[in-house]
Amino acid sequence: MEHKDIAINGDYAIALAWKQVDPDVCSAYPITPQTIIVERFSEYVADGEVNTEFVCTESEHSALSLCIASASAGARSVTATAAVGLGHMWEMLGTTAGLRMPVTMAVTNRALSAPINIHCDHGDAMASRDSGWVMLFSENVQEAYDNAIISMRIAEHKDVQLPVMFCLDGFILTHAIERMTPMETKDVKAFVGEYDPVYPLLDWKNPVTHGAMDLSDVYYEHRYQILEAIQAAAKVAEDVFKDFAKITGRKYNSLEKYKCDDADYIAVCLGSTFGTIKVAVDQLRAEGKKVGAMMPRLYRPLPIDDIAKAVEGKKGIAVLDRFMTFGSYSPLYEDVVTSATSLKEMPKMYSYIYGLGGRDVKVSDLESVYNDMIGNKSKKVNHLGVKL
Amino acid sequence: MSLVPGGRVIEPGSALKFLTGDWRSFRPVYDDKKCSHCMLCWMYCPDETILVKDGKMNGIMMTHCKGCGLCAKHCPKKAITMIQE
Repeated sequence: MEHKDIAINGDYAIALAWKQVDPDVCSAYPITPQTIIVERFSEYVADGEVNTEFVCTESEHSALSLCIASASAGARSVTATAAVGLGHMWEMLGTTAGLRMPVTMAVTNRALSAPINIHCDHGDAMASRDSGWVMLFSENVQEAYDNAIISMRIAEHKDVQLPVMFCLDGFILTHAIERMTPMETKDVKAFVGEYDPVYPLLDWKNPVTHGAMDLSDVYYEHRYQILEAIQAAAKVAEDVFKDFAKITGRKYNSLEKYKCDDADYIAVCLGSTFGTIKVAVDQLRAEGKKVGAMMPRLYRPLPIDDIAKAVEGKKGIAVLDRFMTFGSYSPLYEDVVTSATSLKEMPKMYSYIYGLGGRDVKVSDLESVYNDMIGNKSKKVNHLGVKL
Repeated sequence: MSLVPGGRVIEPGSALKFLTGDWRSFRPVYDDKKCSHCMLCWMYCPDETILVKDGKMNGIMMTHCKGCGLCAKHCPKKAITMIQE
């Protein structure tokens, strides 16, 4: 089928995806660089283009609380946030997952305070990564749009029933206009399907209680069920990616690999950097250097076995964290290193911290990462571009 | 173990099966000779452990009484006393 390409920024692309889905409830509190997602979506609501109940709450904590409540009632619910807004939601993140509410949320990655900064890094998502949410990252605007649609199918799958946050880099993707191929609205509606809630509160004939006290005799087991569900999400995500490719021709993978198979050196990253690093890889390949890059699109559940397989036998692995853990190793580095512990021989692995607070990362910066590895100059932990 | 995901309770009235009387360290002892059947105990009980028959106080459901002592505190006739289990 022919589709017309459009020029659109990442935030408006998500608003467009939601317009095409027409979810039951959207609740949000504005925060840069997320604001224009719900601002645009509120215009669709005001213009009668969707039937969504749009609720302006007094905080992000309330916005997610409201989504939990509306999802409990049986409504397909969406929200969006960033940075300290996601931090303010933190209590309810675990509650959303624990109550098994398939809410989907756009997270426009922005640095955490302080000092206050509105630009991109992954501090917000990384501080939320152990909350039981499925997490997807996007390389570009097209992927942000696609993830908004894909995440609903993963969240609502009967084997999963967990919330999904899909991340896109603040400003780099949220406010930059890119060329994108939208789906036809009827295809979006058919893809996500009619929402079929599990044990909704509004099912009068089958009264249920959500959020009851769970004591020491069953709490562990209920938490274990979350683990089983997020592990099930690994296969569900792959199936949903396949279905999505059938309609759009765009095939995604839990672990995206670029020129990795014959590479000696691989860099691992998340988000828009994966686009930049492909250029660095191409330039170094032109110089005869065998390098590759990969991105765990599905960050939670982490494709552990795929990562181990991809790094096996390589000479060096650089893991790029757009976030800094204080007092230990940064999260993506820990993820990749621990994934590789199943190998007989682990490759050399280096942590690179970069791009904090929107510090620009250029192709030349990323080339230097590979050249450091090749020249044996990489340290165990490296701070790319910090001015000391 | 068969548990409903999310800790949802899908069977109405199932609190009856949750025997919170286990938690008790003090037990209420009811003296029906002193009782005026004013039903203040019934009003104050945070659970539903005050048994009622024909509009009158008819003992305490010990499977669910947590021993909070509110009934004894508010009984104007001192018909309920708390003793250690």
